[in-house]
Amino acid sequence: MKLRNIALSNIKRRKAKISFLLAGLMVGVATVVALVTITITLNQDIEEKLDRFGANIVISPRTEGLSLAYGGISLGGVSYNVKEISSEEVARIDRIKNRKNIKVIAPKTLGVVAISSKSVLLAGIDVPRELEMKQWWQIEGRAPETDSEVLAGKVVAESLGLSPGSSIAIKGRELKVSGVIGATGSQDDEILFTSIATAQSLLGKEGLYSLVEVSALCRDCPVDEIVAQISAQIPGARVSAVQQVVKSKMQALDHLVKLTMGISAVVLFIGVLIVMVTMMGSIKERTREIGIFRAIGFRQGHIMKIILLEAVIVSFAAGVLGWIFGIGVAKVSLPLFAEGEAGAVALNLSLAVGAVLMAVLTGLLSSIYPAMKAVRMAPNEALRILY
Amino acid sequence: MSFITVRNMGKRYESGGVPVDALNGVSLQVGQGEFLAVVGESGSGKSTLLSLLGGLDRPTEGSLEVDGLDVYSLRGEKLADFRSEYLGFVFQSFQLIPYLTTLENTMLPLAIAPMKNREKRAAGIHALRRVGLEDKIDRLPHQLSGGEQERAALARAIVNDPPVLLADEPTGNLDSKNGEAVMNLLKDLNREGITIVMVTHNLGYTRYASRTIKLQDGRIVPFTDDDSSCAVTFETERKTAEEGGDSSGAARIAVPVTAAVPVT
Ligand SMILES: Nc1ncnc2c1ncn2[C@@H]1O[C@H](COP(=O)(O)OP(=O)(O)OP(=O)(O)O)[C@@H](O)[C@H]1O
Ligand SMILES: [Mg+2]
Repeated sequence: MKLRNIALSNIKRRKAKISFLLAGLMVGVATVVALVTITITLNQDIEEKLDRFGANIVISPRTEGLSLAYGGISLGGVSYNVKEISSEEVARIDRIKNRKNIKVIAPKTLGVVAISSKSVLLAGIDVPRELEMKQWWQIEGRAPETDSEVLAGKVVAESLGLSPGSSIAIKGRELKVSGVIGATGSQDDEILFTSIATAQSLLGKEGLYSLVEVSALCRDCPVDEIVAQISAQIPGARVSAVQQVVKSKMQALDHLVKLTMGISAVVLFIGVLIVMVTMMGSIKERTREIGIFRAIGFRQGHIMKIILLEAVIVSFAAGVLGWIFGIGVAKVSLPLFAEGEAGAVALNLSLAVGAVLMAVLTGLLSSIYPAMKAVRMAPNEALRILY
Repeated sequence: MSFITVRNMGKRYESGGVPVDALNGVSLQVGQGEFLAVVGESGSGKSTLLSLLGGLDRPTEGSLEVDGLDVYSLRGEKLADFRSEYLGFVFQSFQLIPYLTTLENTMLPLAIAPMKNREKRAAGIHALRRVGLEDKIDRLPHQLSGGEQERAALARAIVNDPPVLLADEPTGNLDSKNGEAVMNLLKDLNREGITIVMVTHNLGYTRYASRTIKLQDGRIVPFTDDDSSCAVTFETERKTAEEGGDSSGAARIAVPVTAAVPVT
């Protein structure tokens, strides 16, 4: 028999009261967990969608001449003799402070080549990186795996009569078409893609890049800062951000987050209040019991230990159950908020820890005051209490 | 030699702005191994005296010495430690913890003792055997009869072998058969050396005590124990006094005697 056995016996034998307390706290925790989880999940959902948008920072050489357009984005004059970006400069992007926010760096070498007397825009790409950035590409056939393969945009393929497996000759070099990209509605439809090495050698631009697309789309990304940091690293280039879409999406999300926080705060407040009142009542009820403990020589600290241990056990359980319950509610109700794929809720470790901590803190805080009051009473007085 | 010494003790309660002197200039000595009975009308201050002997409250004036220790000079939790070391309490209303079994209730004072669980259990069972409850150790208080609850409370009071047992009407809620049983237990414990101070309404039980004092309006007044039939008289008088508001009735049985030894 130790002090903790007293606490455990109380929990074990007064199930009805304890369950009531536990349920109250659990519902509070569950509500907050559900709301936060829904927000986080929607957040991630939007983040993923934003990632699929592709590049949001474009680095191009400074140029005084005319510009060609690429995907609606102003580029350096790719077909004329302008300064290009060197691979050494591309490497410098890795050194910026916010490197961790950058998901993909996709350098390209662009140029015009003649194929069966037609002028075609040839783009040398880092295939895996490009594919990561352009997740919407639907390739008939497969992506190029060697330097002697090309990937054709839909329009180019139609105009040159290409299909997976066919061959083309550029500047006397035989290249095989590994795949054709399904129509994207963008500039990509009119480009012939190949490996950087091949493009650079065909265009005579060894070690040079025409532009670098950077994907740094993520929530809270300081895009402006990233742009500034890259500009500082590559002074000779023009760095521009495509932000509009991101900003408006983020704003919508921010409203949702604020709403969730507001509701959570209210729920939490009410929950804490309920737990406090219940705890106070239950400790007051036990004043006489506390008088007995005091009479047989327990110190105030001993009794506090019993009461607080009970509070911690009950509220810890409420926290864990509340978290599980909250995740369940989020899972069930998420399809109401987000169109499309349901079921995959975001399991956030800090939310789990936070939920349990919050419950335990609430339990502790609401029992400390009444417990202190009760144990400080003269034992005589406490024993006299009638209930 | 005096084991417990009360000097000029007073306790004043303020209830609704009206001061009530529950105890007034009480001086008293109890020797080691004595069995002291405290009688008196309802409201005469018996419980107040007992709780002050047990350090359950602080007196308004006066001092208490137990085993050479000036109890009310103890600060903070030292008073709790004093209770733990010196005292066992038995109350009229049993005061068992409702969610603990008989054995757990009995072992309660040992929960804070530096003993092995096995030893605590052995001590608890020993104390329960002492009061004849060894076959009910796993019952909860509400599954025990009143007499059994009182005996469980007694077992709890003696489980850590305290030198002093303070009992406030231990037979108050019991019929005469159970009451006698508890009294016999107290007598046995006293014979084994425990010092007992017991408050009782039943003058018949004063014959178990080695000495009886009487309280009246918070003061010690002389008491005679020559006639146990006066127990009935006392009870009757008390009732009359309570009902009729005539407190002088009970005073008639108080005859000067040497039993109470007030010190000055
Ligand atoms: N907490 C308190 N506040 C105010 N007055 C009190 C308090 N406790 C006791 N009293 C008063 O002090 C006096 C003595 O009370 P006490 O409980 O000591 O009497 P008692 O002799 O034990 O009576 P009984 O035989 O009925 O138990 C009574 O007048 C009572 O009303
Ligand atoms: Mg009393």
